[in-house]
Amino acid sequence: MAVRDAVARAATFDHAVLSFVGPTGYPMTVAADFVVDAAGVTIDVGPLHASTRPADGQEVGLLFSHIRPQPGIGYDERRYVNAWGRAQVRGTHVSVTIEQATGWDEADVPFFEYAERTLPEAKRYMDELGSKPRLSRFWTVFLAARLPFLTATIVPVALGGAVAARDHRFGWGWFLLALVGAVLIHIGLNMANDLFDDASGADEANVTPTPFSGGSRVLQYGLVSRRAATVATAACYLGGIAIGLGLAAARGWGLLAIGGVGVAISLAYSAPPLKLVHRGVGELVTAVGFGPVTTLGTYYVCAQRWSAEALAVSVPVAALIALVLYVNEIPDRAGDAAVGKRTLPVRWPQARVVRGYAIGAGIAYSAVVGGVVGGLTPAWTLVALLTIPMARKVHRGLVRHYDRPYDLMPSMQANIALHLVTGLLLLAGYLIDLLTR
Amino acid sequence: MRSDSFSGVLPEQVEALLNAALVAELTVIDGRGRPVSYPLIPLYDGTRIYMTSAALFSKKLRHIKANPKVSVALTDPVGVPLEPFARATIEGDAVVHDGDLHTDWERLLPLWRAKEPVIDKFVKMRFGIPLFFERSVIEIAPTRVLYWAGGATHRAPVVTELAAAK
Repeated sequence: MAVRDAVARAATFDHAVLSFVGPTGYPMTVAADFVVDAAGVTIDVGPLHASTRPADGQEVGLLFSHIRPQPGIGYDERRYVNAWGRAQVRGTHVSVTIEQATGWDEADVPFFEYAERTLPEAKRYMDELGSKPRLSRFWTVFLAARLPFLTATIVPVALGGAVAARDHRFGWGWFLLALVGAVLIHIGLNMANDLFDDASGADEANVTPTPFSGGSRVLQYGLVSRRAATVATAACYLGGIAIGLGLAAARGWGLLAIGGVGVAISLAYSAPPLKLVHRGVGELVTAVGFGPVTTLGTYYVCAQRWSAEALAVSVPVAALIALVLYVNEIPDRAGDAAVGKRTLPVRWPQARVVRGYAIGAGIAYSAVVGGVVGGLTPAWTLVALLTIPMARKVHRGLVRHYDRPYDLMPSMQANIALHLVTGLLLLAGYLIDLLTR
Repeated sequence: MRSDSFSGVLPEQVEALLNAALVAELTVIDGRGRPVSYPLIPLYDGTRIYMTSAALFSKKLRHIKANPKVSVALTDPVGVPLEPFARATIEGDAVVHDGDLHTDWERLLPLWRAKEPVIDKFVKMRFGIPLFFERSVIEIAPTRVLYWAGGATHRAPVVTELAAAK
């Protein structure tokens, strides 16, 4: 922190805490009033009793600290300035010309970002101790697999099943096998993404991760080794592919085409040489993978044929899941840009990104209406339009909090809920249609 | 060793400050011989002062390991909500306990909870910021106390030597 900045910030505190090494070798610490000089580099502390004043010329530290206790929450308004300089004793006062300063204000750097920035310090310290951070097995798997994001797979799989049910082709066994296979590929994709973003440095360069962006962080935090993550990734892919091959053998080799596209997209998303997410097409392939590929694949597993209806109903959730990725990339864009991961929010200015969100949501809702107007999907699926206010809320959040990752979190959360709720309403539309036929 | 006039090893009025304090300033001496202060929540069991530090903010722990002489100051009327207001500085010798960063500090949870009940909620959500809950314990044996009634540090402090507490 620059000296003048530190002194200017110090001037906003109520009192100073002066410290110096006393004659017994212990730090002597004493609080007092203070004033800042007009030049903004010297701080005059006092009055102080003679027994608690440093020697003239002694190096001293000054701490200015503030918190606001918040019952039931903890603290907020945390900020401090640490400054050092030589003491000049002038009567009962000690004048300190500041030579060096550090500090933190959570209004400027939110606590979570502050903690991320000190990650290397933690790693060094724990390495020296031979200590490794850990969590329970449940939470480690929860984080590493990014389990809450599995709704991105569950929704399109369920829609594929719903269309099959409407065609009287639904079978629980085939449906559940398709679900398990798709979930395994999705978990493999999540972990592969962490591995490749760790290798490229994208996740390390990102100091503003949120629960919705910046990867799972299990590798950065040392909760999972790269080796374990690699083995788990391979196991998920092998399991998913094995189920897919088994389903193709049992239900029709046509499944190989769409399953192959799904697996290829999930790998090429992060993995070299294609690294599609680095090339500004990550959002598009995410839409394809978590939309038509998954819904059509599930339908095929159940019905052993293709369906224009399954394709039509997959488009809204495809658009909305692409928007989930798109919004979650906004707080990551500095870290992504640093390693050449040129996502759309990296490539585009704020206004275009926000406009892009509106267009994406418009595509999703147009597809809902288009499916019904085109006679492909049941009229009851129009109930999904009820989520339009949610989309508008996310859009407003993007406008207001675009540059503040932690303030953007409610919008990211609402955007994920938008995909899930819209998908559930589409399913509800199918259920009502089935019950009222 | 406890004096008859103390409920713990510290003078009663200082214990009252310490027990009320939501934040104190821990001052350590860095490798250059320079004092460095950190705002931390102080915990007190009647004999020792305890503070905990996340591995994320471990510089102070290195300093203490190199030079265990520290002081704990209670200075802030907001962070030490006690009437009548007073200030105190407690000098002491610190030891860093970092055997198991994941669990050792949890023995202090009863003391921590008494001051900051919300800590239980944070501990349950430790998966959200796991390295914040990999923590070392700083145990401080007080050796000398300076006390300023009314927080008036322009006056001479009341000094209590606590060599016996060591």
